[in-house]
Order: sequence, then structure tokens, then C-alpha cells
Amino acid sequence: MSATSATAHAHVDHGHHELGFVRTYIFSTDHKMIARQFLFMGLLMMVLGGLLALVVRWQLAWPETAVPGLSGILKETGGILEPSTYNMAFTMHATIMIFFVIMPILAGSFGNFCIPLMIGARDMAFPFLNMLSFWVTASAGVIMLSGFFVEGGHAAAGWTSYAPLSAVPAYTGVNWGQNIWCISLFTMGVGSMMGSINYITTIINMRAPGMRLFRMPLVVWSLFITAILLLLALPVLTSGVAMLLFDRTLGTSWFKPSGGGEPLLWQHLFWYFGHPEVYILILPAMGIASEILPVFCRKPIFGYHAMAFSMIGIAFLSWIVYGHHMFVSGMSPALGMAFTVTTMIIAVPSAIKTFNWLGTMWGARMQFTVPMLNTLAFVSMFVIGGLSGIFMASTPVDIYIQDTYFIVAHIHYVVFGGSIFGAFAAIYYWFPKMFGRMTNPLLGHLHFWPTFIFFNLTFFPMHIIGVGGQMRRIYNPMQYEFLQHQQHWNVFITVSAFCLGLGQLFFVVNFFWSLFAGKKAPMNPWNANTLEWTAPSPPPHLNWGPTLPTVYRGPYEYSSPESKEDFLPQSTPPVGAGGARRH
Amino acid sequence: MLDWWLPENVSTYGQEIDWLFHLIYYITGVTFVLVFVTMLAFIVMYRDRPGRRAKYTHGNTTLEIVWTVVPALILVILTILSVPAWSRIKMTMPETDFEVQVTAKQFNWQVIYPGADGKFGTADDKMLLDEMHVPVNKVVRVILKSQDVIHSFFVPQFRMKQDAVPGREIRQWFEATKPGRYEWPCAELCGFGHSGMRGWIYVHTPDEYGKWAAENLTAQAAPAAAPAEEPKPAAAEPKKEGKAKK
Repeated sequence: MSATSATAHAHVDHGHHELGFVRTYIFSTDHKMIARQFLFMGLLMMVLGGLLALVVRWQLAWPETAVPGLSGILKETGGILEPSTYNMAFTMHATIMIFFVIMPILAGSFGNFCIPLMIGARDMAFPFLNMLSFWVTASAGVIMLSGFFVEGGHAAAGWTSYAPLSAVPAYTGVNWGQNIWCISLFTMGVGSMMGSINYITTIINMRAPGMRLFRMPLVVWSLFITAILLLLALPVLTSGVAMLLFDRTLGTSWFKPSGGGEPLLWQHLFWYFGHPEVYILILPAMGIASEILPVFCRKPIFGYHAMAFSMIGIAFLSWIVYGHHMFVSGMSPALGMAFTVTTMIIAVPSAIKTFNWLGTMWGARMQFTVPMLNTLAFVSMFVIGGLSGIFMASTPVDIYIQDTYFIVAHIHYVVFGGSIFGAFAAIYYWFPKMFGRMTNPLLGHLHFWPTFIFFNLTFFPMHIIGVGGQMRRIYNPMQYEFLQHQQHWNVFITVSAFCLGLGQLFFVVNFFWSLFAGKKAPMNPWNANTLEWTAPSPPPHLNWGPTLPTVYRGPYEYSSPESKEDFLPQSTPPVGAGGARRH
Repeated sequence: MLDWWLPENVSTYGQEIDWLFHLIYYITGVTFVLVFVTMLAFIVMYRDRPGRRAKYTHGNTTLEIVWTVVPALILVILTILSVPAWSRIKMTMPETDFEVQVTAKQFNWQVIYPGADGKFGTADDKMLLDEMHVPVNKVVRVILKSQDVIHSFFVPQFRMKQDAVPGREIRQWFEATKPGRYEWPCAELCGFGHSGMRGWIYVHTPDEYGKWAAENLTAQAAPAAAPAEEPKPAAAEPKKEGKAKK
């Protein structure tokens, strides 16, 4: 053990001397550094996305009053949001959260960090392409941010940017903002394609000896499937936004009926990407939950194969359900009927996953660490998000709740309750490996509980006002007589949202405090089985010493009768087969 | 308590939608309670206590089959129940002689009645802005168009929603079951004036409707129609609002 690790260190030190600061920290080709870069980018953007959400909430609770802190930015109105500014705020909240927070953190950061370390590879298949992928994505982020500073403001046609509202500048009054939105997403699409090719190639070709496909940790499975979805879905958006940009700047008429275009074409392209996108956001979180749950239940995952196959099933089905976003769009109602059937079917694999998570908890020995709490929050909130989806799947019911706050509640239960809790779980779980230091459990609890409570107080009432009929994306609910009686809910939601925002300060403190002053992390702080825990914390350049680990068993052999301890790492040779432990 | 729920339903197919909504509500509600009670029970029963080892099991095929088949069956039943209602609401068009055109624009509903000759596109067409008058218990066919961006025709009390797409004519219908005045918002983001884009649908008893139509649609149609088309609805609007509010 000490001998191999000494050579590993020698090798690493040698490498770092050669690389220098810029190649180590900025233009790094090391998958772990790229993972950290994606994480920082995502967290930084999350601050902006969150603040935009609070601006939106303020307007909905106390319409047309000055938003605190905005009087300096909105000088002309003294901090009061105008309708166009409000439209810009919710458009950019969603755009940033989806493309520049959740995708970089879950797919970008944890994809990069987990895949090579958990399959026993030294790096990605194409390290240079990997570096390029981050910098292209980061440029897309900078391009997106620049839109806030152009005349006419940033894009304000919703994150879905339905044409022709988005295709003709005169309809929104936004000119360069929407163009920049297109250019940024185009760039992001290119970056994401580089990443997904890399993930797929790495997983197929670079698994350690003995790492058969069905010995892979479920988080790797989820990232593999996510990468396939990214590879096939994102280019559709990329070409869609290019077409939109051409309509706006070059006078083409893809989506403009005045020139013979078809507005619904945009929706077909957008949702053909958009529905797999929802699974791109949630699948890695499902993988993360399936990874963390067994560790802190000290029990094998229930139904490993069912878990893997249900993810494959979700991925396939996600291509043929997208029309459920368009039930009342003017698309043929007969087509709507077909999409109802597929949409109902896609609920089955999600149900299978939920029941298997419950099965994993049955007879467990649960340790309520901070990553575990976030995982349990993920499972329970995903259940609510999944169940509320069934309302929308039923076409007649969807007629009524389409474009109301019911769908806003649903998407936030899936994407915040699901993806963000998954992201928090992953950050707390892999922080020791990523940065070599433990996070503070007290601050972790102080972050988790307010987040969990205020998340529910913020988003659950949205179901209620949605059932009451409140439309999404309206500037002022008080303009409608039938909504006035439920305005107190809007105030309640906004107050909860601000508390939810304040709760995140504990995370910020914990993150930075732990980064610099946290307790040094041991190699395997959670007594977990997967390969990343056999590398030092943080793993050196090229991850392991001269020998790569060999895999002897599946990833979830907890409390196995084969071992006296309650865990049995994948790389530990079976007793009697290989003699003494090699590590 | 009623404040917390669906607004009053006043259309024929609204009942079907509400029935399905409640059915799904009870199914998901029961599932939610079962899953959460199980989960909480497991969290309490199987918390970490010294001296106990977790069960070593990799799953159970019978259970996997059960929890695949049972949700699948429930969802198939929901599909079977949803499809006929959907077909009645969106795919079939009941016979009717009452037709109006609605052309949405940023940020108004333009409601066009065929006038005395019963035909659209003639000189005696009547246009109203942000208000529609219909008789109760009568199938109303709406020919929905848009002249700029996508809007969405939403009447919460009718449980009716349909996007208006520029370049298309979409035929929809509703049948109101109770006289009254119902709010008619736009449900699809259509620009900076989206919020506040709304009209009113007045559902009249047959007698009242006849009176209204005689005053506003057929009477003095010939002299006033062509020149006064634009200003007339605008002038009529505040009066109508005031009258309806009483």
C-alpha cells in the first residue's frame, strides 16, 4: 500500500512540476480539475439564477412595488419591475438554472469526476476535448451573461422561446438579447456534444479489468445514458436556435407564418430536445441517489438490474413523449392521444425506481449523514413530482392545468426537489474525494433542514394556486378577478422563497470553510465500495499509482456475509482467490 | 376551503375534466400516503442502531414484477378513461349554428360575429374587443386565429384552453351551462402585455341573448357596420363592463 502510493505521489509531483499553474488550474486536461471548474461555474450561476427567482417572486407577491436592492439597477423605475423586465427575469431564471446550473453541475462536474474514477480509468478518453468542452461551455455562459448589458434587455420570450414571439424582434421589443440567447445556447450545445462523446467513449473503452457493464455503479450507468441523450438531443436544440437566429437576423422564415414558416415547427424541435432534456437533468440525480442510498443503508441496492434497465427504458421513451408539452398547441389532437399513451408508460420506469429505493431502505441500517438526508429528500420529492406529472399526462386534465402554476410546481418538484437535492447530495458525498477535506456536518444539517422545509413551503402551494387557475408567466395576478382571492398564497410562497434563499447561505459558508479549513479527508470516509474510494483524497493526476484497480464484484456488496466488515470494496480480491489484499 | 380548489365549472365537458382530475387526485393521493408512510416507517425502524446488521439482499423478482405491473395497470386504466373525454372535447365537433371568430392579437381578443347575413367576411360582420356574448346551453363554435404571436384561449370556468397559432385556423367548441360573466385570460406568454390580456365571456339566457343580439348585431347593422366598425367596440366596452358589474 505505502509503496504504491509513494510511487503514485512521486509520479504526480513530477507531473505537476512540468505543468505549471495555468495548465494545472486553468487550461487543465485533468478530468478532476475540469469537474471542479464545472462545479464552480454551476454554483456561481446558481447565485444569479436564484436571485432572479426572488425578483420574480417579489413581483408576484407585491406587484409593482420597488424590489429591494434593485433601485440601483432599474434607475428609471426606482426598482419597480416593468412587465418586460419581469419577462426577462423569469426567462433568464429558467435558462440559467437549466443550462448553466444543473447541466454543468450534474452532467458536467459529476460526470467528469465520477466516470473515470468509478470505472477505474486514469482520465477521460479525450482529455484535450474535455478541456475544450469546459471552456466552450464557460464561453457560452459569458455570452449569456453579456445579454444583460445590451440595449433592449435580455431575452424575454420564456426559456421555451416560442416562435414567432421570439422570431420577430418587434413582438417583444428585445433585439440583441434574444440573439445572444441563441448564440449562447448554440455554443453550449457544441460544448455539450464534446463532453457527451467523451463520456460515451470513456465508459465503453476504458473500464478497469473486471469492470463489466453490469458491475458499473448506477451513477455511471445514469451518466452513460445521460450522455447518449445529450448526444442525440442537444444537436436538435442547437440547430433549432440557429434557425431562430437566422429568422431574426438573416430574414429566413422557418417559424414565421408571414414568410410561409410554421410556428409549431419550433415547438416540435424544442420539445424533441426539451423532453429528453428533462431526463438529462434528472437521470444523473437518480444515479446519485442510487449510489448514496446503499452506502448509508449499508445494504446492496434493491434490484440493480431493474434500476439499470428502467433508466434505459426512460431514455428510450423520453424520445416519444415530447408531444405532451403540446396537447393544446394546435398539434393534431389525434397525435395528442398517442402521446398520452407513451407519457403514461414512461411513469412506469419511474415507479420501478421509486419502489426499488424503498426496497433498499427495507431492512437497512440507515445512517443519517448529510448526503443521506439530501438523498432521502430527493427520493421523496421526486415521488411528489412524479405523481403530479400524472395529472398532466391525462390529456383532458391537461387542457385545464396546462400553462398554470400546477406545471410550475411540477417542474420545480422534479428539477429542484429532484436534481438540486441530488446535486447537494453529490456535493456533500464526493466533496472529501474532490477536495480532500470533509464538510462540516453541523453546517450541513443547518443547510439541509431549512432547504427541505422551505422548498416544500415554496413549491407545494403552487399546486394549489395552479388548480385555482393562476397562469404561469403573468406579471401581476391581481389583474385578474378570479385570482385575487388566492393572492395570500403568492405572498406566502414569496416569503418561503426568501427563507429558502437565506438557507443557502449555510451552504456557501460550509463550502468555502470546508474547502480551506475542513478536516482532512481519509481515503474512504464513508466506508464505500466503489473504486474512487481506493484512490487518495484528492486523487492525484492519473488517479492511481502504477497499477489500476481490478474489479472482482458489483458495487453494492454492503453487509455481505463474505466480509466481517459491513462493506466489501469492488477491488478487494475474494478470500481464497487472490490471497492477501493487494492494496 | 372552496377557495383552495378548482373554480366553479360551468361547461358541459368541464364535468368530465373535473371527474378525471378528482380520480387522479385520489389515486395519486393514496399512492403518496402509502409511499410516505412506508418510507417514514423504514426510516424509524431501520435507523442505525448498534449491534444490528443490514439485510443482505439484492432484490426480489416477484416484487419487481408486482410493482411494474400494478402501476402499469393503473396507468392503462387512466389512459382508457382519458382518451374518450379527449376525443369528445378536441376531436369531435357537435352540430351547431352558432359560430364566432376569435382573432387574437397583442394584447386583445377580437371577437367577430357574422352579422345579419350569417356569413363571415361580409360588410355586416361585427367586431367586439375583449368581449364575447353567447347564449347558455348552446354549443358555441369558435374559429380561433392569431394575427401575430401565439396566444392561448383560456376560460377557467369552462375548463377550456386552446392555443391560437398564427397562420392556422383552429376550430374549438364549448357549451356553457350557467349564465354569468366569465374571465377570459390569455394563457400563453405573448409579449410584455401578456399579463392583463383578458376579455370577458357573457353567458346569457336565450331571451337576454336575443335582446343583446338584436341591439348589437342585427339592428342598424346596414348603416353603421362598415364605417363604425373600429371605434364602436372600443366605445361600447366601458359601458358593458359597468353594466355587468352593476
